Amino acid sequence: MYKIVKKWIPKNSHILDLGCGDGSMLLELKKELNINGLGVDISEKNIQLSLSKGLNVIEQDIDQGLSNFGDQSFDLVLMSQSIQALKRPDLALSEIIRIGKECIVSIPNFANFKCRLQLFLTGKMPVSSALPHSWYSTPNLHLCSLKDFESLCEGSNIKISEKKLIKASGENTFLSNFFPNLFAEIAIYKLEKKS
Amino acid sequence: MNELGIIEPEIFSFNETFPLESGKSLDGFELIYETYGKLSDKKDNAVLICHALSGNHHAAGLSNENDKRPGWWNELIGPGKAFDTEKYFMVSLNNLGGCHGSTGPSSINPSTNEKFGKEFPLVTVKDWVNSQNLLRSYLGIDRWLAVAGGSLGGMQALQWAIDYPDLVEKSIVIAAAPKLSAQNIAFNEVARQAIVNDPDFEKGTHHPKRGLGLARMLGHITYLSEEVMKEKFDRDLKKEKIEYGYDVEFEVESYLRYQADNFSDKFDAHTYLLMTKALDYFDPAKYFGGNLISSLEQTKSNFLIVSFSSDWRFSPKRSKEIVNSLVAAKKPVSYVNIESFQGHDGFLFPDSRYVNTIKTFLNSDV
Repeated sequence: MYKIVKKWIPKNSHILDLGCGDGSMLLELKKELNINGLGVDISEKNIQLSLSKGLNVIEQDIDQGLSNFGDQSFDLVLMSQSIQALKRPDLALSEIIRIGKECIVSIPNFANFKCRLQLFLTGKMPVSSALPHSWYSTPNLHLCSLKDFESLCEGSNIKISEKKLIKASGENTFLSNFFPNLFAEIAIYKLEKKS
Repeated sequence: MNELGIIEPEIFSFNETFPLESGKSLDGFELIYETYGKLSDKKDNAVLICHALSGNHHAAGLSNENDKRPGWWNELIGPGKAFDTEKYFMVSLNNLGGCHGSTGPSSINPSTNEKFGKEFPLVTVKDWVNSQNLLRSYLGIDRWLAVAGGSLGGMQALQWAIDYPDLVEKSIVIAAAPKLSAQNIAFNEVARQAIVNDPDFEKGTHHPKRGLGLARMLGHITYLSEEVMKEKFDRDLKKEKIEYGYDVEFEVESYLRYQADNFSDKFDAHTYLLMTKALDYFDPAKYFGGNLISSLEQTKSNFLIVSFSSDWRFSPKRSKEIVNSLVAAKKPVSYVNIESFQGHDGFLFPDSRYVNTIKTFLNSDV
């Protein structure tokens, strides 16, 4: 994931990482690209881990809104596999497009063939390495397929300028490139506002 | 025995004219201060602690052999604590205008040979920062590794970052606000009125004990959350049943009266008036057209802003104003809101997340 993302990011960028987790992505970007990063997270543990990496991180619930961040105030907004866990991904998406000059969003693909097969054959909600939670305790409130996500972007006047499809392990295979909605487990998009 | 043992305070004397923000000036002053830990050879481990409204220089350790209560931030300052004295050289002073040994209303005015009392000029957070900077230079410290404080102390930390951007590496602003709200000023005004309307204040005895006690009672209510008051006192009665009179009946009344008594024996009323005024006047954006973002643009430190969930005196919302302005000014800032039921006083207690956050922030390379 990091290997792909870093190719899309210019050196010295001012980056907001929404749902920064333990801060490892920001730390890598800081080390290699000398970015100026700010993480946002809600978990005490993740905030502490990010701080211990020497990163700046703000405790904030993204579901409560992002109105405290100014229009186009960051070169880039990152949201790595968090959007499906938010109460209103559509509102969050329009907010990150407002805040960042560019945005990188990654999502787990619910229409991956493994998910389809599990649901079809077992009649149970799919559980996989990309989606490891049971239906009753999953933080993923709004799972979607790549097609779903792309049509949300289209309807929200958002341009997909780059797209990369990978497996949960991070590898990028022939099948996931040619039949993304069926084979990709995780999709990474670079987005910007349609001019 | 306390880990830091007995701490001997020291005095810094400044013998030149010291101009104040108000336009008045002081013909020199003295500051009483304590230090904990050792200044490194490179002099790169000094941390300044700024005190709150009724605080003083004695932040940690014991004052003497019979001292039963260690300094006000002893839970956070010491070996292995949030401010680890094995690593950092901590400096803590009594601010100008204080009543614990620094020049203030209870000091003798050399031109009259009497106590300054109400003649002592009002000093501001900016004045404190300027005087603390003179102390820094006297101590041979080129630059603070950090300036930290809670409440009014946090406001000093913020002012430091704005006024001396090259002299502060990290700013730790705890349970503070970028300026007081009308409600905050209103509480301070009631406290001041309690003092100035005490007949003993009029007589100029400098010890309006009842008024000062009332001010303290009021202040104390604003330092605690409703939850912590419920837990400590609930509606418990001092005696077995209600007596239908005006003597102390509820535990909470007894507690407040004890606080009032204890405080007003030790604290100077003019200092209390002055400190509340310094709070009311605090507004670093004032010199930047009222724009907090502009005032922060010149800062160079990395900020840690901490709030406490049940603090209603300077609520998390007020801390977020500082955070959001720093983000807008593209300055490095971290923010945590500590889950606590202690109210504003939360900043005095060693909650484990609070302690770890400060420790990690101080320790990290930024």
